[in-house]
Amino acid sequence: MTIKEEQDAIIEEFSLYPDWMEKYEYIIQLGKELPLIDPSFKTDDNLIRGCQSKVWLHTGLRDGRLWFTADSDALITKGLVSMVVRIMTGHTPQEIVSSEVYFIDAIGLSSHLSQTRSNGLLAMLKQIKAYALAYVVKSQAS
Amino acid sequence: MSHTLNIYEPLSIEAIRAEFPILQTKVLYGGHPLVYLDNAATTQKPTVVLEALDEYYKTINANVHRGVHYLSQRATDAFEEARRKVASFINARYDYEIIFTRGTTNGINTVSSTFGRAFLRPGDEVLISAMEHHSNIVPWQMACEYYGATLKVIPMNERGELDQAAFATLIRGRVKILALTYVSNSLGTVNPIRDMIRTAHTYGVPVLIDAAQAVQHMPVDVQDLDCDFLVFSSHKIYGPTGIGVLYGKEEWLNKLPPHEGGGEMIKTVTFGKTTYNDLPFKFEAGTPDMSGAIGLKAALDYVDSIGIDRIQLAEEALMSYALDALSTVPGIRFIGEAEHRSGVISFLLAEHHPFDVGELLDKQGIAVRTGHHCCQPVMDFLDIAGTVRASFSIYNTPSDVDSLVTALQKAGRILG
Repeated sequence: MTIKEEQDAIIEEFSLYPDWMEKYEYIIQLGKELPLIDPSFKTDDNLIRGCQSKVWLHTGLRDGRLWFTADSDALITKGLVSMVVRIMTGHTPQEIVSSEVYFIDAIGLSSHLSQTRSNGLLAMLKQIKAYALAYVVKSQAS
Repeated sequence: MSHTLNIYEPLSIEAIRAEFPILQTKVLYGGHPLVYLDNAATTQKPTVVLEALDEYYKTINANVHRGVHYLSQRATDAFEEARRKVASFINARYDYEIIFTRGTTNGINTVSSTFGRAFLRPGDEVLISAMEHHSNIVPWQMACEYYGATLKVIPMNERGELDQAAFATLIRGRVKILALTYVSNSLGTVNPIRDMIRTAHTYGVPVLIDAAQAVQHMPVDVQDLDCDFLVFSSHKIYGPTGIGVLYGKEEWLNKLPPHEGGGEMIKTVTFGKTTYNDLPFKFEAGTPDMSGAIGLKAALDYVDSIGIDRIQLAEEALMSYALDALSTVPGIRFIGEAEHRSGVISFLLAEHHPFDVGELLDKQGIAVRTGHHCCQPVMDFLDIAGTVRASFSIYNTPSDVDSLVTALQKAGRILG
């Protein structure tokens, strides 16, 4: 699936839960499907700032595509992280750089998440795009 | 599980709640009625305070202390009446011992920087406690760094009580000032400040009390406590934001240099030399927050109309009801179990991140605070990332507590 198709799938899944507590239950459930980061990568370098809870994010390039693993010490955060990882993982750096992320708004999450959570989510998206951009620049240079 | 508290008789809790329009709020998601349990962060405002602010701007707004005209005189009278109200509320000996500040933080900074300039020398010590808010740590750290002094810390135990034996030793050092919180904002501990002030005084050490979490919950009498400085914020005692109080004993305020320069704080100004004004104006440079002072007066009048003693009794009863009710929640762990506690209950739910718990409570209409509560050293000492904090006030009811308990049980089930 493309980044866009994956986002549309998430939006559809969330439409099944009208109640916000149910949406949160689903977010927490998604967190359990997050491809977990290898503990050896849980370093300060991989720590994303800008969130009340901790998020570690690791990236690797394989077959010209970026693969992400992550973890968080908070379950809701982990669920949010898992959605971002799900839409971005397995795509080329170029696809990631040029992607537009709209599912957070479409679900209505942006108006429900506390300010610190949204900031954390934005910090993470920024970090993913920064990784991808670094690979794009590197491949153009070589 | 519900029961009623009739401490407020003949006032009913319903009548008190009706005074606070914001309590009628329905929380956006799901239309839950708001259960406001974040009072240690800020309290809501009763109609009498809102009306006082409105009335001020509609009828008497003018700059104070310098106009010859009618409105300026009225504004000055109202502003100085507010000062007298604050003085009587904390039983200060003189009105001019009350300095209006921007809040607790600003009050502490005023003392730390002026006291530092006048008295701190290399090798001196400033003594604080392990449970201070960042506002009562950082200003002293800055002063110590600037004047070559050392910051010393009275340790606490796992229950969240200060180590009095360690205090007795530390106070014998080269301590120039002791800065101490009356009530801990993260643990709710009520410190035995009366005894500690007496001990400090036997070594000639003046004491600043951070009463930000005390004045709204219990009677505070600065002459009885014999503290040298005491600070608090208006917005935590039902008053408007942006104004606070620094009380200082006359002899100490006279010994300190002014904090900021500007209008109001001067007697005469020439390019060669400025002479400073008398107390309290020496510490109130610039146009003060007139409407804030008048709003604060209305808030203190409101508290007095109910009676701080009755408020204390009712809140103690509610706290004890809450502790009993919360202890039935599976997996709950209280953080801070001091014998004397007031206003706040900090806890964790199983191993769940406080942020997750707080967010799921929010989705059920319950406002609590999560995180380190500006007390990172406290969290480091207890080796936790933070806590969930429910904090109470005059308008909270046993039914609020019941809602919290139900919502926590649901959050616990969802988090698994």
